[in-house]
Amino acid sequence: MTRKTQPTSRLSAFQRHFLEPLGRWIYIIPLLIVNAIVIVIPSISGILYAFTDWNGTTEATFIGLDNFGRLFQDRVFFRAFINNVTYTGIFLIVPIAVGLLGAYLLAGIRHGQVIYRLLYFIPYMFASVINTQIWRYLLHPKHGVGAFLADYGITFLDFAVFGRRSTALYGIVFVDGWHTWGFLVVLYLAAMTQVDKELYEVARLDGATRFQQFRHVTLPSIRPTLIFSMLIIFIGTTLVFDHVYILTGGGPAHASEVMSTYLYTQAFENFDVGYAASIGVILALWVSVPLSIFYILRRRGWQI
Amino acid sequence: MLKSGREHSTIPNHVILMTLAFIAFMPIAILFVNAFKTTAEIGRNPLGLPSEWHSENFTEAWEVGRYGTILRNSVVITGGTIIGTLILAGSGAYALARLKLRGGDLLTFYFLVGTSVPAQLFIVPLFIMWRNFDLINTQIGLIIIYCGLSSPFATYLLRSYMVSLPEEFMEAARVDGATNWHILRHIILPLSWPGFVTAALVVGLSSWNEFLFAVTFLTDPSLKPISTGLFAFQSRYSRDWGLTNAGAVIMILPIIILFLILQRRFVEGLTQGGLKA
Repeated sequence: MTRKTQPTSRLSAFQRHFLEPLGRWIYIIPLLIVNAIVIVIPSISGILYAFTDWNGTTEATFIGLDNFGRLFQDRVFFRAFINNVTYTGIFLIVPIAVGLLGAYLLAGIRHGQVIYRLLYFIPYMFASVINTQIWRYLLHPKHGVGAFLADYGITFLDFAVFGRRSTALYGIVFVDGWHTWGFLVVLYLAAMTQVDKELYEVARLDGATRFQQFRHVTLPSIRPTLIFSMLIIFIGTTLVFDHVYILTGGGPAHASEVMSTYLYTQAFENFDVGYAASIGVILALWVSVPLSIFYILRRRGWQI
Repeated sequence: MLKSGREHSTIPNHVILMTLAFIAFMPIAILFVNAFKTTAEIGRNPLGLPSEWHSENFTEAWEVGRYGTILRNSVVITGGTIIGTLILAGSGAYALARLKLRGGDLLTFYFLVGTSVPAQLFIVPLFIMWRNFDLINTQIGLIIIYCGLSSPFATYLLRSYMVSLPEEFMEAARVDGATNWHILRHIILPLSWPGFVTAALVVGLSSWNEFLFAVTFLTDPSLKPISTGLFAFQSRYSRDWGLTNAGAVIMILPIIILFLILQRRFVEGLTQGGLKA
């Protein structure tokens, strides 16, 4: 054991410049290796593949920006991109609104907070295959909620939601939203309990209604959490794969296609590796836009 | 809250909160009760309680769905991922938090931001790499991928735990001539175990539920974990709701039980892990 009290002059240069740093770096080297193998190297390869016509087996040729040119003319990709934007747009409104409502009401009660929070959070723990199993049944035209309502003469939901071009995407967004909103309640509630109670007191003395208190006290106080949740929703919905793949596979007729499922088809069914890689690059760029804005503003000291 | 805080009645709150609880809970309740119905009864009575409780769906799922095998696969994959990730991330976090690496701050930042690289960017090249290494259709191959995916978050979480530990213990140990390894083993680990439990829960849950990499890298039915095993089962027996519901119940029961016991840690870990979720 090398004692720290030993005079440094007696350590050789080899020990000082190599062995001693190695004794510290050795703890992080395995982590860095696994990270490099699973994420860094394949990501760099992915960027390189995007500029080739590789099919995964034979020789690849460098074709410059051709894949990206093709993407801009690909109507299915355009459909997928629009679907992703719609998905994100709905998610930024409905689950966040429900999450805020739930959290605000929970913050205002004294009894039962724990049990409500528990119930709301459980769906968030479920795998995508579970959410889809539950809702494929409940939205089934013969057994589900639609059929139940139809028995009472309410017939707006007794059709195959995931089988219709006009509703498939919204059905998927609904299932994913059901899975997520409870997480948002818990996230916002944690932020709301940090808000200074005196602010509410002052607002109430000024005669503010509950909505005004929410609008002028709660919302500004939880803004960092709110912005953070919007960021993760943007990323999560842009990269969405599971729920779409399991419920519709992107169909019918690409009506619910998203960028990830299209990439998956190109890579693993059409073996168009180069083209799939270019979709991956577009996805990464699209996700990095809000992420970079977020971190740049944070570094500049913005309270977001 | 102060006395004047009571001027609003909380009854409207409870009405809306109960409606929300109903939306969250009823679908799960229906999943559970339908797992105990025969197919004939689901046709007659799709949403109500069963007239008779049948457990045949579970025994049948166990046999035709081979749930014994896929559960074992899931336990192996999840267990391997938890152990691998905690070793990688635990020692990495120790180096970042306590060993004053040159460029350590940059690495910490990389593990926070740089690894929000979407899977879509690297899954195809990774597949080709794994094909060359003969790691497709091996559980160890999937475990390595999961360790790679979850270790950045786990490192970040554990590092923040270790940074907050009091400096004096480590200084004292160093003066006594303790090596880095001794400090990790006898000081850091015993003090930061709550962080390890939280990390294990988050990592375990995400690998138990993971779908995209599992469906891509494990196609052999005898190796599949429960997420893709259930997916295959759903496609094959799509009309046999009792059977597929029983499969789903088998998958979520351990999660729900664990969640009820360790609720606070799950919530803490998952809300911190939001960025990776």
